[in-house]
Amino acid sequence: MVEPRTRNIRLECLRYAPGIDAAPRMQAWDVPFTDDMSVLQGLQYIKDHLDGSLTFRWSCRMAVCGSCGMQINGVPKLACETFLRDYLPAIRIEPLANFPIVRDLVIDQADFLAKLESVQPYLIPRAPRTLAEGPYRQTPGQMDAYYQYSQCINCGLCYAACPQYGMNRNFTGPAALALLHRYNSDSRDAGKAQRMEVVNAEDGVWGCTLVGYCSEVCPKGVDPARAVNQNKIESTKDYFRHLLMPRGSGSR
Amino acid sequence: MKRSNKPIFWSLFGAGGMLSALIGPMLVFLTVVAVPLGLVSKQTMDYPRALAFAQSGIGKLALLVVISLFLFHGMHRLYHTLHDFGVHIGPGAKALCHGLAILGTLVAAYLLFKLGWA
Amino acid sequence: MSARQTYTRPVAGWWRRNPFYRAYIVREMTCVAVIAYALELLVGLGRLVRGPETFEAWLTSLARPWPIFLNCVALLLIAYHAWTWFEVMPKTLPFISVGGRRVPDRAIVASGAIAAVIASLLLLLAFLYL
Repeated sequence: MVEPRTRNIRLECLRYAPGIDAAPRMQAWDVPFTDDMSVLQGLQYIKDHLDGSLTFRWSCRMAVCGSCGMQINGVPKLACETFLRDYLPAIRIEPLANFPIVRDLVIDQADFLAKLESVQPYLIPRAPRTLAEGPYRQTPGQMDAYYQYSQCINCGLCYAACPQYGMNRNFTGPAALALLHRYNSDSRDAGKAQRMEVVNAEDGVWGCTLVGYCSEVCPKGVDPARAVNQNKIESTKDYFRHLLMPRGSGSR
Repeated sequence: MKRSNKPIFWSLFGAGGMLSALIGPMLVFLTVVAVPLGLVSKQTMDYPRALAFAQSGIGKLALLVVISLFLFHGMHRLYHTLHDFGVHIGPGAKALCHGLAILGTLVAAYLLFKLGWA
Repeated sequence: MSARQTYTRPVAGWWRRNPFYRAYIVREMTCVAVIAYALELLVGLGRLVRGPETFEAWLTSLARPWPIFLNCVALLLIAYHAWTWFEVMPKTLPFISVGGRRVPDRAIVASGAIAAVIASLLLLLAFLYL
């Protein structure tokens, strides 16, 4: 069997030890790699052989868990589906932008998770349904209306990409608004009116200026930019409806 | 959470953006590039023709809509771009930007009124 | 759990760090050209009110090098605005289906561009012949 070609690449990683470092610093290692190795595998090599203290999140190694989001040469990417062979001679790895750094490449997700919760991300049915009524039925067309928005793996790359979130942490943000839109677009859901308060707020859809980088970096094709900007139209309709018929609009 | 008033300004921004996207390039080319350079006969924009246009109902409407919507589009975007650059001049900036668009609209309306009718 | 001593990185100058962001800023800055042209029209309108000599003098001044150069720059910026406007238009519209199949984004962009071409041609004809 022919041995795969091994080359070396320099991995430069951000290091930050809370309570010890006043500010982050960079540390570099030379890592041997074969062409099939991902950035994640490069980091695992460092942890296993060169510096066991290097800290990073990972799990599935196949771009479905959303754990390994990082800035790779300044671009938010999943480390498990980014390959070392594309980054010779040196690669710069930093934690996901716009999030506070907990340690090394690990960021504080608390705000991200809170934003997801804030959109009521569950089906709010029209009427209570008994088991005897059986499952909901959906046509392929009805599923198509929300399918891509349901593909979000909560990796946070879109928040790292979004400069509006970077400048204003109160902005609800791409993934949360895409999730909101996922439920609003689902034929089984009747909770749109309840979610409008989040949509209509200054930090709701109106925090977005359609930079569009969120959709560019999304590893799952969710297209959060679309979800957010369609809701600008919904918010506008709701605004004028509220202006003209304050009692009947169904939202505050 | 307080309901944002953005929809009003965003609608004006959108209308101005669409208008300037559809006819902006041709409009700019004809009026301030082609005519001064003589690529198009200077007669198309001479005083009698320009006056007749501005005195007509459709001309007044066209000029008012273009000036107003272009200003609302531009000022809304300018306000947000200043924010993107990290220039935080507070709520006064919002009033100033949209105020200038309103002022421009009023000045245009006044001038069109002053020109009278054909 | 003890309070984390997290580190928050400064975001100032974010738009310089990435070609995607720089293109976004150029797109947004086209608003300067849109405002400038609107003000130019406003000035022209003012000159029109003052009378034939003033208006003709204004038209003559537009033919000088600096105004021509600046107006050409404005033209390029407004053209870039038009292009980028249609490019993002699909993101603002709900999914459109024709005959059971979803209309792809590039078709929406193309129809916007075509609408602009038609509108521009109509404007040209009106400008020359009406």
